[in-house]
Amino acid sequence: MSAADVSTQARANGTRDIASAKELEQEFLTFTLGDEEYGVDILKVQEIRGYDTVTKIPDAPDFIKGVINLRGTIVPVVDLRIKFKLGKAEYNAFTVMIILNIERRVVGMVVDSVSDVMHLASEQIRPAPEFGGAMDTRFITGLGTLDDRMLILVDIEKLLRSQDMALLPPSTDSATQH
Amino acid sequence: MEIDFSRFHQTFFEESFEGLDVMESALLKLDIGNADSEIINTIFRAAHSMKGGAATFGFLDVAGFTHLLETLLDQMRSGQRAVTQHDVDLLLRSVDVVRGLLTAARDSTAADTQSVEQLRAELEQTLLSAPSDKPAAVSAAPVVAAKASNHWHIRFAPHRNLFRGGNDPLRIIRELGTLGEMQVTLDDQALPSFEVADAEDCYLAWNIELHAECSRASVLEVFAWVEDESDLTIELVQEKAAAAVVEAKPEVTKPQLAVIQGGRENAAPADAHKASSGESGSIRVGTEKIDSLINLVGELVITQAMLAQQAAALDPVLHEKLMTGLSQLDRNTRSMQEAVMSIRMLPMDFVFSRFPRLIRDLAGKLGKQARLVMVGESTELDKSVIEKIADPLNHLVRNSLDHGIEMPDVRLAAGKDSSGTITLKAAHRGGSIMIEVSDDGRGLDRAKLIAKAKERGITVSDNAPDGEIWQLIFAPGFSTAEKVTDISGRGVGMDVVKKNIQALGGQVDITSVDGRGMTIMIRLPLTLAILDGMSVSVGEEIFIVPLNAVAESLQPRAEDVKSIAGQGRVVRVRGEILPLVPLREVFHLGSGITEPQKGILVLIESEGRKVALMVDELVGQQQVVIKSLESNYRRISGISGATILGDGRVALILDVGELVRANACDQAA
Repeated sequence: MSAADVSTQARANGTRDIASAKELEQEFLTFTLGDEEYGVDILKVQEIRGYDTVTKIPDAPDFIKGVINLRGTIVPVVDLRIKFKLGKAEYNAFTVMIILNIERRVVGMVVDSVSDVMHLASEQIRPAPEFGGAMDTRFITGLGTLDDRMLILVDIEKLLRSQDMALLPPSTDSATQH
Repeated sequence: MEIDFSRFHQTFFEESFEGLDVMESALLKLDIGNADSEIINTIFRAAHSMKGGAATFGFLDVAGFTHLLETLLDQMRSGQRAVTQHDVDLLLRSVDVVRGLLTAARDSTAADTQSVEQLRAELEQTLLSAPSDKPAAVSAAPVVAAKASNHWHIRFAPHRNLFRGGNDPLRIIRELGTLGEMQVTLDDQALPSFEVADAEDCYLAWNIELHAECSRASVLEVFAWVEDESDLTIELVQEKAAAAVVEAKPEVTKPQLAVIQGGRENAAPADAHKASSGESGSIRVGTEKIDSLINLVGELVITQAMLAQQAAALDPVLHEKLMTGLSQLDRNTRSMQEAVMSIRMLPMDFVFSRFPRLIRDLAGKLGKQARLVMVGESTELDKSVIEKIADPLNHLVRNSLDHGIEMPDVRLAAGKDSSGTITLKAAHRGGSIMIEVSDDGRGLDRAKLIAKAKERGITVSDNAPDGEIWQLIFAPGFSTAEKVTDISGRGVGMDVVKKNIQALGGQVDITSVDGRGMTIMIRLPLTLAILDGMSVSVGEEIFIVPLNAVAESLQPRAEDVKSIAGQGRVVRVRGEILPLVPLREVFHLGSGITEPQKGILVLIESEGRKVALMVDELVGQQQVVIKSLESNYRRISGISGATILGDGRVALILDVGELVRANACDQAA
């Protein structure tokens, strides 16, 4: 049904090109860590909220701040600033947390600030260079450029799945991709 | 028009398995030689509806087999056949066969045709040997209608929804006609004008004068399928001297009818009927729906607590209405929580009901005599707990019968009744449930247990207290049975039983008197979703200690705390030396009190071992809703879960078993 809708829309628009370009366009939520600007696939983001009191978890790495109560669900919180040693890990009224929802698992991610949502067409995304920012290139899907801004696009799923985070269960398909 | 029946299959199977359970329990209740016709009727009805369903959905082997059962039961019901032990055994085995057939049909696997055929042959044999000289009461009735007969006055007023159940009053009345002569008068007073009448409703009632030589039971039988859906009165107007079998007094029959009309008091037949009529007082709901409801209510309780905490800071005089509203909300959420939790509750009967059969079969196999006494079957327990306790209980009951109860001659020699008694008891005790499995058999043999333990290399002192010795039977690979039977005695099991019970947060205790029997007591939490906890603080963190593991809490004196070889500390509590475990060190917390005499020691107990847990302060006692840490994070050692406190903060729940175990290892190292 929806496929039919799309095709009628494409015909109404006259050209197939517009439709296919739209399909390839992705939306990214951008956030900053220190001086660097990053982007995550907006479809993985559940919500954005202020920093709450966290309950510390025993024997957890320092970048895992603890757990919070997100409307009755216990959600772990990871501070990317500590993880990548970027910016100062301060917690005040302006500290923000991006709540991600990946494969029905919910994880909170503390960042310096959240900027905006960017639309990027596929031609605006370049492959990641061998040297990345502070972040390991394994977790970078590419660099997005819009005007004079450059965005580091994070493969958040892989990052959270990585061994030292282990916030998502290891899955066979994405672990063997590289 | 094609109708896809497959979507009804699930329901058919569920109902059929329920029907089999009903049959089984009713068969076990049957008194040989003095069979209660109501029980036979129950069994018959269950078999009958199963046959109908099976035929409709095309499970012809099930239908064929149940038909044989039905024929046999019909002979019993009509009194042509006395109920013998042999028949009951045969029927019980048939129940198993039908269960096998249904399971095979459900899972689309091959049925065990051999046993089916064998039993079918036996059934046919039994049917042939039936004394068939007496004419069948129902079918033969019309022929003798002209003879001396009873005069019945029957008023049959179906409920409006009769047609929706697929019942046709006309057919029932015709069927009644086969019993004898009758005059039918239609009562159409309730019939509304045609504009407002619903074609699918039944507005009619009938008054019937029946002259027939038949018993009340056979009249009732005609209405068997509609008695729940109609107001039925059957009165014996005139009894001819010739009719001898019939229950004589109308006064007696009145209350009987009341039971049928009232419906549910009369549990077993009503159940069988409920299942078949499809219209009943219960609905089937997926457990995940209930679980999400429970979760939501849990949230509501937390939100309510948060509101209450906020409101406590307000001036009660200025905010009187708000306060009243809040206290009302408090009451409502509590009762709602209870109501929702009760949805998940099932009576213990759910598990207990399998044991009469088990005991019967096992006792037969072992050549022992045993009877089962069940107490408190209606005690309710969370479904998830019930499902997990079934196997351990099963094992314990088998053990009692196999090892506990002696052979009849041994029992007689010991001056006991030749038939042993196994008692299953369930009762609520505070926030937990106690389940007891006891027998009046030989009890545990202390000397044998100690010898066995030494043989297995388990260190045990000769003068250890009884309780400690009895616990030996839970050690892995420990069996006191002299010979291994296929029922028990392989030495696996008791340790699994204990592990399973502990996994549920339960405890097992044993008492035993030599020659008088033993009792195994299981204490289980009522539900796995809520926990009674004691909140303690260390630095700024709050932890929840499960209350059932807390023995006591105290403030130690400095001279009671000793350090051992500079590694660990112990504390003396009333002569007992316990390892002292500071929680701040276990979890590497940065804050918290370090001197024991300034803090509080919480003595926690698991598997018979105690540890003194050092915390800063006791905060309070509360019921907490258990939340999983693993759903979004991972397991943390020493932590069994998390909960949300009244102020919305998360608190971690301690895994007492693990803390105690880990500490015992430390001590050993």
